[in-house]
Amino acid sequence: MTSLLDALLVVVLVMNLFALGTSRTYALIRTVAAQGGLLGIILLLVHRHLTISAVMVAVAGIAIKGFVIPAIMLRALRQAQIKREVEPLISPLASILLGASAAAFAIVFSGQLPLADPQDGALLVPTSIATLLVGFIILTTRFKALTQVVGYLVLENGIFVFGMLLIEAMPLVVEMGVLLDLFVGVFVITIIVNHINRAFSSLDTRRLVSLKE
Amino acid sequence: MAFVFICFPLLMAAIAVAVASNRWRPWLLPATAIAHLAATVAVLAAGGAGASAGPWLVLDPPGRIVLLQVSVLFAFCAFYAVGYLRYRQDKSNRVFCACLLIFLSVVSLVTWSHHLGLMWVAIEASTLVTAPLIYFNHTQRSIEATWKYLLVGSVGIALALLGTFFLAYASLHAGLDSALTLESLLLHAPKLSKPWLHAAFVLLLVGYGTKMGLAPMHTWKPDAYGEAPGVVGAILAGGVTSCAFLALLRVYHICHAAGEDVYTSRLLLFMGLFSMAVAGVFTVGQRDFKRMLAYSSVEHMGILVVGLGIGAPALFGTLLHVLTNGLTKGVLFLSAGNIHRSYGSKSTDQVRGAMRRLPLSGTLFLAAFLAITGSPPFGPFISEFAILNGAFDAGRFVTAGLFLFFLLVVFIGMGATVLQVVQGRAPSEASTTAYRDGLLTGTPIAILLMLVLMLGLYIPAPLGALLGDAVRFLEGQA
Repeated sequence: MTSLLDALLVVVLVMNLFALGTSRTYALIRTVAAQGGLLGIILLLVHRHLTISAVMVAVAGIAIKGFVIPAIMLRALRQAQIKREVEPLISPLASILLGASAAAFAIVFSGQLPLADPQDGALLVPTSIATLLVGFIILTTRFKALTQVVGYLVLENGIFVFGMLLIEAMPLVVEMGVLLDLFVGVFVITIIVNHINRAFSSLDTRRLVSLKE
Repeated sequence: MAFVFICFPLLMAAIAVAVASNRWRPWLLPATAIAHLAATVAVLAAGGAGASAGPWLVLDPPGRIVLLQVSVLFAFCAFYAVGYLRYRQDKSNRVFCACLLIFLSVVSLVTWSHHLGLMWVAIEASTLVTAPLIYFNHTQRSIEATWKYLLVGSVGIALALLGTFFLAYASLHAGLDSALTLESLLLHAPKLSKPWLHAAFVLLLVGYGTKMGLAPMHTWKPDAYGEAPGVVGAILAGGVTSCAFLALLRVYHICHAAGEDVYTSRLLLFMGLFSMAVAGVFTVGQRDFKRMLAYSSVEHMGILVVGLGIGAPALFGTLLHVLTNGLTKGVLFLSAGNIHRSYGSKSTDQVRGAMRRLPLSGTLFLAAFLAITGSPPFGPFISEFAILNGAFDAGRFVTAGLFLFFLLVVFIGMGATVLQVVQGRAPSEASTTAYRDGLLTGTPIAILLMLVLMLGLYIPAPLGALLGDAVRFLEGQA
């Protein structure tokens, strides 16, 4: 069981690198959708005895992260009619190298934090932190508004991984509240993205520079 | 009782969506606000009775202070909003009214929640419902401001979620169950795993600090406050920030109970003084008077965090400052909104001589400037003086010196801009609009200023008792 879990977490890490390397928005959204769905499945494997609340969070997570949010974003992508490549601040190769060093840093950093239960799976905390950092890299090095939303989703996925350690300690209503906030957040953000596209005829956030000192 | 505070505004929001008349819909705001304020006064007057609904919803003394502050501010803003929306009959205010009412509901949830996860959900929800309010004008500039507000705010608040998870894990590590209720965390605080607690504190400080607008995470603030309507600015600067501060106060409380004061106070003092310094740099020479108010908000969030960093001797002043700052921000943003409306500009290049054109709003703006920069006899003077006193009592002379210096810099910086706005004559190229101060856009601000003045002259006994209770609660003596 633990080896399967570790293997899936490695897949999550590989998806991070793929997200950093891809230059098409469509593929990026699909990757993050797959990652979100995979996290729901991992959640079912983490715990030896499944509780009803864990199953409900997993199902809601797969539905929202794997299907609903990607659908909203792909719809926004179609409306914006951008198929062009994302133009990152740094090249895809440099992004991947940065992502790999983020993973290395995450492993070193989580070595400093003691685990409550050695059974918890040694890869969970590093995967969480590495995914979080990759989210930050996407947020800061990409300029398309939709791509930055993807960065936020990757960051949120990283936090979701950490939340798996706590599924028994967290009340269901809080877990559901977190997912609901994420859903409403992305919904509101894509509306704004749509308005950016209409008002500026572009999704390039470098055009949003009229407010400054 | 808690459900009245949370569900009633939600119900009114649903009604606001259903009401068809753009003209009558805004009156739901004052109706709800008055009922909310009455319920707040009732629950505070009853003391401990009815202030708990299960382990997750408890109205403790710090929660009461923030609930009172936000409820009072919201009531005045609600009357003002009716007057404001009369000038905006050109566009539908359905979303605007509904979002304001939902905001009141989630703010109440923040003040009541004793479960840190629930509190996070409520604070995130407050970000989401305020975004459409900032976007109300639908201009390119307001899109930009809303985008930055949502993105920076969401990322910041996501870090606060990770911090909350770390805190839960720190308690799981100590072998405790029901992880995130404040009671259980306070009770077992000394047993929490130190590395996880330290990491959690940093993440929560950065996360909720982003929501408060502490430097260097304040970048969304001038844009959002500058582009949002005045009444929304007041709600953001006096409501959202107070809630985020309450969240930080909870974290401080837990760390204090865990005996981690040395670790937390260093970080808090640094962030607080840095915010005051950044505010000082950007208020000097600021030509946009609404952005200037945003930097003033950064400064005052810094003051609150410095107060927490000093610890016990300054807690009374810090909690009082939550009240005085929140109410004074209301006067500032609402009167600035009127001036903006009258001139159709918020740059001091066009806006001059507001005292002549708008005698009431101009005077209130000037008086609120004096109040917020800590001039006697207004409320913020008392609270800032109490924090300063606390710094001297704690033997933190360097902190006290820097604190005074930054206050002075902001006073000079803001003073130059404010005096330009209110004095002299309007330049000939300034556009004239039909706006004149009316009953609904003038009176609420004037009464709010009276409250600020009253807090500076004397603190009513029940309020003093409430502040004392809160300090004892935070010190673990109650």
